[in-house]
Amino acid sequence: MKRVMKELTGGNAILSVLAVVASFIVGGILIAVSSESVQTTIGYVTARPSDFFTALWNSVFGAYDAMFRGAIFNYKATSFVQMIKPITETLAYATPITMAGLGLAVAFRSGLFNIGATGQIIFGAMFAGWVGIFVDLPFYLHFPLAVLAGIIGGGLFGALVGLLKATTGANEVIVTIMLNYIAGMLLSFLLKTPILQAPGSINPVSPPVRDTSKYWFFLGDQFRVHGGLIAMLLAVVFTWWLLNRSTLGFRFRALGHNPSAAKVAGINIGLTYVLVMGISGALSGLAGTSQVLGSEKFLTLGVAASFGFDAITVALLGRSNPWGVLVAGLLFGGLRAGAVTMQANQGVPIDIVLVVQSLIVLFIAAPPLVRAMFRIKESKKEVAK
Amino acid sequence: MKLELRGITKRFGAMVANDNVNLVAQPGEIHCLLGENGAGKSTLMNVLYGLYQADGGEILLDDKVVKFAGPGDAMAAGIGMVHQHFMLIPVFTVAENVILGHEPTKFGGLLDLEAARAKVREVSARFGFEIDPDAIVGDLPVGVQQRVEIIKALIGDAKVLVFDEPTAVLTPQETDELMEIMKQLRAAGTAIVFITHKLREVKEVADKITVIRLGKVVGEADPASSANELASMMVGRAVDLDVEKSPAKPGKPTFKVEQLSAWNHSGTKVLDDISFEIHEGEILVIAGVQGNGQTELTEAIIGMHGKTSGSIQLDGRELIGKNVKQVLDLGVGFVPEDRTEDGLVAEFTIAENLMLDRSDRKPFAKGLNINLEFLKKFAQEKLKQFDVRAQGIESKASQLSGGNQQKVVLARELARELRLLVASQPTRGLDVGSIEFVHEQIVATRDSGIPVLIVATELDEATQLGDRIAVMYKGKIVGIVPSNTPRATLGQMMAGITA
Repeated sequence: MKRVMKELTGGNAILSVLAVVASFIVGGILIAVSSESVQTTIGYVTARPSDFFTALWNSVFGAYDAMFRGAIFNYKATSFVQMIKPITETLAYATPITMAGLGLAVAFRSGLFNIGATGQIIFGAMFAGWVGIFVDLPFYLHFPLAVLAGIIGGGLFGALVGLLKATTGANEVIVTIMLNYIAGMLLSFLLKTPILQAPGSINPVSPPVRDTSKYWFFLGDQFRVHGGLIAMLLAVVFTWWLLNRSTLGFRFRALGHNPSAAKVAGINIGLTYVLVMGISGALSGLAGTSQVLGSEKFLTLGVAASFGFDAITVALLGRSNPWGVLVAGLLFGGLRAGAVTMQANQGVPIDIVLVVQSLIVLFIAAPPLVRAMFRIKESKKEVAK
Repeated sequence: MKLELRGITKRFGAMVANDNVNLVAQPGEIHCLLGENGAGKSTLMNVLYGLYQADGGEILLDDKVVKFAGPGDAMAAGIGMVHQHFMLIPVFTVAENVILGHEPTKFGGLLDLEAARAKVREVSARFGFEIDPDAIVGDLPVGVQQRVEIIKALIGDAKVLVFDEPTAVLTPQETDELMEIMKQLRAAGTAIVFITHKLREVKEVADKITVIRLGKVVGEADPASSANELASMMVGRAVDLDVEKSPAKPGKPTFKVEQLSAWNHSGTKVLDDISFEIHEGEILVIAGVQGNGQTELTEAIIGMHGKTSGSIQLDGRELIGKNVKQVLDLGVGFVPEDRTEDGLVAEFTIAENLMLDRSDRKPFAKGLNINLEFLKKFAQEKLKQFDVRAQGIESKASQLSGGNQQKVVLARELARELRLLVASQPTRGLDVGSIEFVHEQIVATRDSGIPVLIVATELDEATQLGDRIAVMYKGKIVGIVPSNTPRATLGQMMAGITA
């Protein structure tokens, strides 16, 4: 476990890039195999090989081309808005994934395997949503208050894990997984009570948040990207500062690398657990605000979507380095945005993207596999240890 | 059986751990492999035992080239190894441990424990071990556990027996007994390779000595050479093994431990009514075999041990009940016994390690930020002052040798305003040069009028460094004696016999 953790947080960036490349290659093979035209043409491949190779090219290139058009720039679109819409979609998806990914990176670097981003996003969204829906204040007070509430909500829910670990020695992996369920169930319950449910509704949906509490839609309402993007960039800088420049982050990292040395040096381990998980949860809570005060505008059961789990992959892919997490978050935002177009245009099942995402995790978790595929020698440092 | 290693070379990346090493061990001969920690002794033996594959050279048994893909092959070929850290399962009986890996079976694939017991009895009788085959290994004293390891090797019909630093965990008496066993084995015609860095033992049993330094054989030595000569060969320059220090000038007793008792998690008493005091400008050495309460004593002093009673006072202030940070703030410097585990963060740079204990306050902290400018200046200064050999302050602690790691720990601990220095086995695993340096620093700390508590497991260090020696056995202090007490007396005290 310790070794795995080290590999995941300390491994080098080239391996991350190669893991992504490898995943796309395997993804391409799967697209080809699942394509009907490839399946038919392979039947007479010896008679007319050109048919087969054309079909192969069309299916794989077509799929990835569609993904590009869905995620970055749609050169086939007729209007400018439609052309740049894909990149804004990517950014909209990337915002919460990156924020939660940063939260997990803080925990991973401190040696805590926080799997609870989902629950922490939900708590952030509930707190922010409640303030956004029920508090009546002018914009300049309402918006900051709602965001702050979300940060506090996620932070408290995270800090609870740290507290349990510090006082009872509970394993944070198990606790966070279980708290994900508790958060989900609590949200589901509250959405059926007057506390959060929209009056008169029979569905588990809250009323929309007030306009005064929303993120700024700086490109206008036809785009889903919003001011959360700026908050995300600030969060990246904050996390970088925290981990690399602050004394608090120094103690976090000391704890992550060697808890017993940290203890002997007089660092209060229990308190540090609480702070790590509090800050980790707060960043996921921020992701929750981006959902409820931005993209979604009201609370539903699906407010956390799969962002909590995507965030784990993003933190791992980014090697728990804030800038790496940003790049990985953008990649995952792109995959999500592109998957929709890929399915609509090429009939490639959206699951292929999930497979690619999973393969990325697999390749990162198995560095020797990637090394073998690309014939990279292990670095000296690792061999000599 | 004759063992010959011919031109063994083993590389790890750019580092050459073994460079063209030759060694011949004849049957009925004890061949000492002498070298400092990190000289490549263990790597060589791991090559022999099939754990590593050599990059060059060959292994010959009775002049026939052999190849070992793993320890199984080596064992089958008649090579046995007594490891530094015992490879025994504590909850198994002696018989079960001994047969592990080549279990005798009877009809139907059932374990034939009776055969195993018989074998244990037979081998014990041959060497006069008196080991009960049904005893649980974890309940046995360390010295006896080691004999179980030896039996394990012998039952596999080992003709070549390798002892890897076997005396590290033994009392002086147990060490003497082990030497006797080795002599018996020699008489029975076994070829023995004895790996060690302890000169006294080498001189006692060796028939031949091969000295290895930085992965290369530097030559064979005559067992009749003096300890200083052997040490010089090992280090590659003239060394003086004696600690240079003037007589202590003790001042007031500022550090007092009174009726200290402590219990571990399972409620067993690990410290039993300990009392002693240390004067300003005096070094008190806690001597004893590892695991007799020394670790718990240092933990209790720095505030890491859970359940304690009694009193620990520094400058009239009670330390019990304070946490680690508060204790350190009262001026306690602490050099832990396991520096890689408790003293340093391996992945951190030297600079980061130097601020590990004071990262939250001035001058290391500037508001919420790390004061990088000050840290850089501070680290460079310490690097120079403590002669840490590294590329720079940005080198990671894991890239340093043991000696340089210990210098970083010392530099950090001595940088505070000290009122007490506690150092646990401060020279464990260090090269001779670093040992000299660490001893100098400790003596200098004493001479600046600070009480010093040293935990030592090696008698030589205890007698040379200490002004007084307190011997611990099973959580108690057997007695506090002057440092010129004869070795034999100290050895008896370490076995629990009151002087």
